[in-house]
Formats: sequence, structure tokens, C-alpha cells
Amino acid sequence: MFAYYLDLALRSLRRNKALTALMVLAIALGIGASMTTLTVLHVLSGDPLPGRSGSLYYPQMDPRDMDGYKPQDDPPEQVTWIDGMALLHAKRARYQALMTGGAVPIQPANSAIDPFFEDARYTSADFFPMFDVPFLFGHGWNAADDGASAHVVVLSRKLNDKLFGGKDSTGQMLRVDDMAFRIVGVLDSWRPTPHFYDLYTGSYSSEEGVFVPLTTATDMKFTHNGSNDCWGKGQSDNMKTATCTWLQLWVQLDTPAEAAAYRKFLLNYSSEQKALGRFQRPPNVRLPDVMGWLDYNKVVPSDVHLQVWLAFGFLLVCLVNTVGLMLAKFLRRSGELGIRRALGASRRSLFAQLLTEAGVVGLVGGSGGLLLALLGLWLVRRQPSDYAALAYLDLPMLLATFAAAVVATLLAGLLPAWRACLIPPALQLKSN
Amino acid sequence: MQIRPILAALRRHRLATLLIAMEVALACAVLCNACFLVVQRWKLIQIHSGVDESALAVLTVNGFDPSQAADVNARMLTGLRSIPGMQSVTVINQVPFGPQAGAAGVSHDPGSFKNTIGVVDFVLGGPGTYEALGLKLVEGRLPQADDYRPATNFAPPDAQVLVSRALADHAWPGESPLGKDFWCDKLHFRVMGVVDHLARAHPHDWGTQATEWTVFTPTLPGGSLAGTYLLRANPHDLPRVLHEARDAVAKIAPHVVLDQENSQTIGDLRADYFKSDRIMIDLLIGVIVTMLGVTALGIVGLASFWVQQRRRQIGIRRAIGATRTDILRYFQTENFLIVTGGIVLGMALAYALNLLLMQHYELPRLPVYYLPIGALVLWGLGQLAVLGPALRAAAVPPVVATRSV
Repeated sequence: MFAYYLDLALRSLRRNKALTALMVLAIALGIGASMTTLTVLHVLSGDPLPGRSGSLYYPQMDPRDMDGYKPQDDPPEQVTWIDGMALLHAKRARYQALMTGGAVPIQPANSAIDPFFEDARYTSADFFPMFDVPFLFGHGWNAADDGASAHVVVLSRKLNDKLFGGKDSTGQMLRVDDMAFRIVGVLDSWRPTPHFYDLYTGSYSSEEGVFVPLTTATDMKFTHNGSNDCWGKGQSDNMKTATCTWLQLWVQLDTPAEAAAYRKFLLNYSSEQKALGRFQRPPNVRLPDVMGWLDYNKVVPSDVHLQVWLAFGFLLVCLVNTVGLMLAKFLRRSGELGIRRALGASRRSLFAQLLTEAGVVGLVGGSGGLLLALLGLWLVRRQPSDYAALAYLDLPMLLATFAAAVVATLLAGLLPAWRACLIPPALQLKSN
Repeated sequence: MQIRPILAALRRHRLATLLIAMEVALACAVLCNACFLVVQRWKLIQIHSGVDESALAVLTVNGFDPSQAADVNARMLTGLRSIPGMQSVTVINQVPFGPQAGAAGVSHDPGSFKNTIGVVDFVLGGPGTYEALGLKLVEGRLPQADDYRPATNFAPPDAQVLVSRALADHAWPGESPLGKDFWCDKLHFRVMGVVDHLARAHPHDWGTQATEWTVFTPTLPGGSLAGTYLLRANPHDLPRVLHEARDAVAKIAPHVVLDQENSQTIGDLRADYFKSDRIMIDLLIGVIVTMLGVTALGIVGLASFWVQQRRRQIGIRRAIGATRTDILRYFQTENFLIVTGGIVLGMALAYALNLLLMQHYELPRLPVYYLPIGALVLWGLGQLAVLGPALRAAAVPPVVATRSV
């Protein structure tokens, strides 16, 4: 029966090409626009570390003085050196890493390459196992290297390709800011999206080229990029004692019980510091996980949300338009439908026939929509924003495009099909 | 033109009539709000930077030790000034639309952040920078030679400064800002003059009220004030002068690194800064045009169907004396009535949509005059769309009445 309906649908669609083309175009435009914006939203609000992000937490506390204190204030978004180091050495979590961003001058041994600045991450040993960073060659450094401010460095795959032509460079030396650093590891391609562990250097920026121990970077006074939030006596040359928050701390806690215990530990730590007089505000701690932290920082640009709204408004206009056109199409065939009814077809089978026709329009419209979405994403990728390069259609979104197109068209077909089924057969036969 | 028979006919096509009206209503709601968004963005990117954008460029170098700052400044100033066509080279810390260098919270009281004014941008400039920028003084006096003092931390500890009019109005509403004091922690500033406009480096980032909260601080080059240079040249010489300046850096100071991205004309920096807003404007206009097109095609589709369905009735009317114009007018009036219904509904929808957008995005209320403009556009669109089918209807010969279909 379905094959017969399909045949009828194709014949009918072929009969009035202009009207069919109009419907297909409306569906394709609406679906294309919606899927383009939805794909961008989907990419931007994705999980940076699927499967792991639920057990990674970002401890926050409030070490500030009472200047400008308001009880409902959120704690600062980063930690001070003193608190960060204290929590790092307390080792209350499975893994913990303290970090900040920066840029370092690289002086390649190969004189064909001019010295250049490379984005760097200054962090501690647990960074690599905690974020499950893949290594191409070698490995990360260990806690002893952190303690000794060792001159060791881990390179990104891209930088290793640039400096060493992609060969295993572990064990070789690299000159960074006039000092020799031993290369201990080379990462495989790794770009968590969003750049969740440090949103100050760009929510969707690519990964850093160089990783060095935080202790080494601080001793060598490498340039720090990111945010400094200071109070009291504020910034000084020695960032270790400055009353500024400028470091990000991440911890891995595998169970909710561990997370609850860690939160308690943070509260105790804050109370203790207040008793010592270092903290002045009442203890105010937070422990968001990765997705909670991304939500709190509203990483998805509001323009992207606005574009999704706009596209769906547009899709709605297109669908109402399709409903109208389909109504015209179905009612125009009142005579034919009347004859089928008179020959014994039930309303139900007429309805099924008309919806099959709607479904065909939906499928063709969906294919058109897919092409338009691919075109739209290509246009998005040509934008200057740092997330632009990520805008690709994945398989779930591709299937969603077709599903959305067919479902939307079937919904649009319901009303006209129902209306067309109400035609009394006798009247149609008589008028002819 | 009699409206009653049209209404009677429409009553027999309730569903189709309702659909066209709905379509017009949705189009009206989206049209008004999308146009409003376009205008808002447009205003945003029209921001007045207060400087002679067409004559200015910035050149940034880095990779030198702070102890070399004085030497780098001296080499760069001399070297760059020798480029033909260069009108002036001065030291500055930031320019509008370039990287932000000196944003800090300031307050009315020393050493405290209680009685705060807000976060302002400190534009530090060496001698000649004020003149090169082309700022317009509206009150007070210009910086003199002894106003230029060395910066210790990030700004001079005690400085006479120029503030923008926007900042003066915000910090001292209804008072003369001249001679007023303010502090950034322990650094003291006294207002000696007010400039008409001076935009922050990133005017977008600080809310629409604070786009021009800037303090021009005369500062002696050296220390932290080094590496960023303001070039001024005749607007049509500027691209060449900048190009030569960029090439000359390697010769002037071989040990520094030219910051490619931040060595551009202010015009280019501005275009880069507003690129995403321009894209958004283009996108919105694209959606508006496509949506109007789809709506018009929908009207054409339904109107053609009606014309075909009513061929016999049209024939009969023609046979009993109606002119072609009468038939044309009939379809035009019918369309006008349906679109009017849609617009009434659409105005309510437009307001509802605006309220929704206001909740989620920092948008003001939709001005009322958008509604009549939207209505006019849709009336025009409806009439244009129905013209073709209506002309075809008018061309139906009276003889159709005598034929059976």
C-alpha cells in the first residue's frame, strides 16, 4: 500500500512542479537555517572531556578582605598562589593541578626558524593524568620536577611538527627565554572544546604549544596571560605573596562522597585561614564540576543563542507557509480524492496517502536543508571568531537534520490532510 | 468596492485565510524585532572613538626586557620618524579597538574601593600623543611639558589628567569636573581638562554606558610605557607608511619582535573589532529578506489556487458586467483585508517577542514606530505578491461562465 501511495505522491508532486518546488524550498530554507545555528550551538555547548568531566571539579574560595563585602557575592574565580599551593600539597583529591596561561619566547636551534612567542601553560604534574592528555612521545613530568623547578618542557604535536618535523624529540634540549629546557614529552592532537580549564585565554582557543612546571615558570618570571584579581596591598613583583587571585585549580574527585568530603575540606580550610587572620570574609566555597563551571561562565556567546532563536522563528514562518501551500495543493485535488472515496477508500487511507506525499516533500526538503546547512557551516567557518573552525556537522546532527525536516513537514501536512479528508465524495462527483 | 461579499467569500475559506494571516503575523513579529536588532547593532558599531582614525596607525613590538625600554623607545622613535610621509611617532599604551593595556578600578577616596567610580581605561601617552590623536578639548587645559611624569607601577603616582566627557558626567554629575581628584588605590589623579570623545580599547566589554570611560594620562615614555607606538600620516599615505614602518623594525631594533596582529591602522583594528557584529547584521538582513520572500511566495501560491478555484465565478461576474478592474480590485482588497488581520495579530506577537528578547539579552523596548513601518512593508509585500494572480484572474474571459469545467 505504501508503495502505491508513494507512486501517487510522486505523480501528484510532478503534476504541479512550481508548487512542489515552493514547498521544498520553504522546508529546505527553514531546516537549513535551523540546523546551521543548532550545529554551532551543539559544538559550542559540548562536553570538553566526555566521560571524565563529571569527576573534575573547580574549587573556589574567598580569600579577600572586607573592603566592598556583600554577603551574596560569589567567591573569586581563581585562587592565590598561597591557597593554590596549600591545596595542591594537601593532596585531598585523586589528582590536583594548579595552572595559569602565558607566552614564552622560543629560540629554535634550527636557525631557519626565527625566534617566536608561543602560548604556554604553566601547570603541575597531575595536569596530564587528570585531563587524560594523550602523549605521542614520552610522558609528563612528575611531582619531583615540580618541587625542584626542573627545566623540563612538554610540547604540543603542532609545535613538535614545526620544530622537529614531527620526529620524537624527547630528551633533546629546547631554548626557552634564553634557558635550556629538556623535552620530556610530546602530546598527540588534543583540543578540548571549550577550553574549559582556563577560560581567560579564550573560551574556544586551541591548546597551548608549550607546557612547563608552574614553579619553574614563576621562578623564571615568564609572562603571565589571563586575569589578575587583586585587593588589599595588591599586585607586587612577587606573585607568590601578592594578594591576587591568578591561578586555576582543578581536582579530580571520583564519587559524590569524595566531592562532598572535598567541599567540607575547603570549608575547614577557609575557616582555619579566617582564624589565622589571612581570610577576613566568612567561608564562601564553591565546587562546580566542568559543565557547571562552563554554565556559570556563560561560555556560549549570546549571539549564538540569538541566532538559534532567529532561525527557529524563520523555520516557523516557513512551516506555516508550507501548511498553506499544502492546503492549496490537496484541496485542488478534491475531485480526485472524491473519486477515491466514492470507490471505497476510507478517510484513513486517504489521510495516509496525503501524509505520504507530505513525507516525500519533507525528505526532499531535508536533503536541500542539509545542503544549505553545509553551505551555512562553511560560511560560519569563514568567520573570524575562534570557535569558527569547529563548526562541522557530525553524524547525530546529520540524522537530526533529516528527522527534523520529515517530522516538521508531516506536522505541517496534518491540518491540510485532515481538511482534505473531510470532502464529501458525492458533492465532488456531482459538480463534475 | 464592496467589502461584504469579499468577507462572505473568505468565510468559506476560513482555514486558508487564517494561514495567510498567521504567516503575515509571524513575518511581522520577526521583521520588527530583526530590524530592531539590526539598528541596535548598527548604533553599536558607529561608536565615536574620538581620534582621527583615518590618519592613525599603531605599531607594537615586544620581546625585550623592561630594562631595555628606554633604549627601544629611543631607537624606535628616531627610526620611525625618518620614514618619508610620517607626520609624528609617539609612545602610547593603547588605542581604541587595539589590545587593552590599562583598565583599572578608580574611586573617589584614596586607598579604598568603597566609593568607586567604576573601571576605566587609562590611556598613557608620551609628549605629542595628545596632538597626534586629534582629541577635542571641550573644557580645561591641554597637557604642558611638565605634566608628563614617569610611570612607576602602571601609571604615574600623581598625575594631571584629561577625562572623557562621558566619564566626567558619570563621576561628577552636574558638577564641573575640573580640579576634581580621584584615586586608583594609592595613585592620585587630578582632572585638568575634558575631551569630547575617547573610546576605550574594547568599548563593547564594559556595557553601553561605559564605552568611553577613559582617562588620558600624560606620561614620560620608559618603564612600562614602551613598545607601542602611535603613527600619524596623511590618510592616503598611511598604508604605505605603516608598511615601511613594519619593514623597518628589523633594522631599527634587531632584537625586538614585531607584533604583526597589533600593528595596523586604527581603521583596520576597528573593522576587525566589529567584524562579528557586521556578520550578525548581514545575517539578520539575510533572514529578513529570505523570510519576506518566503512569505510573498506563500501568498502567491494560495492566491493562485483561489484564482484557479474561482475561474467559473469570475467568468460569471465578468459575463454579468464586472470589468477587469473590478476583478483585479476584488483580489487586491481581499489580500489587503487578510494582511491587515495578520498585521494586527503580528503587532501583538512582535511585542511579545521583544519582551522575551529583553529578558534574555540586554535589549531596550521596541520603539512603537517600528510597528507602522512593519505594517507598511507587509501591506506592500502582500499587494505585490497578489498582483500576478489578480492579473491572471482579471484576464479570465467571460466565456468561461458558459463552459463546464
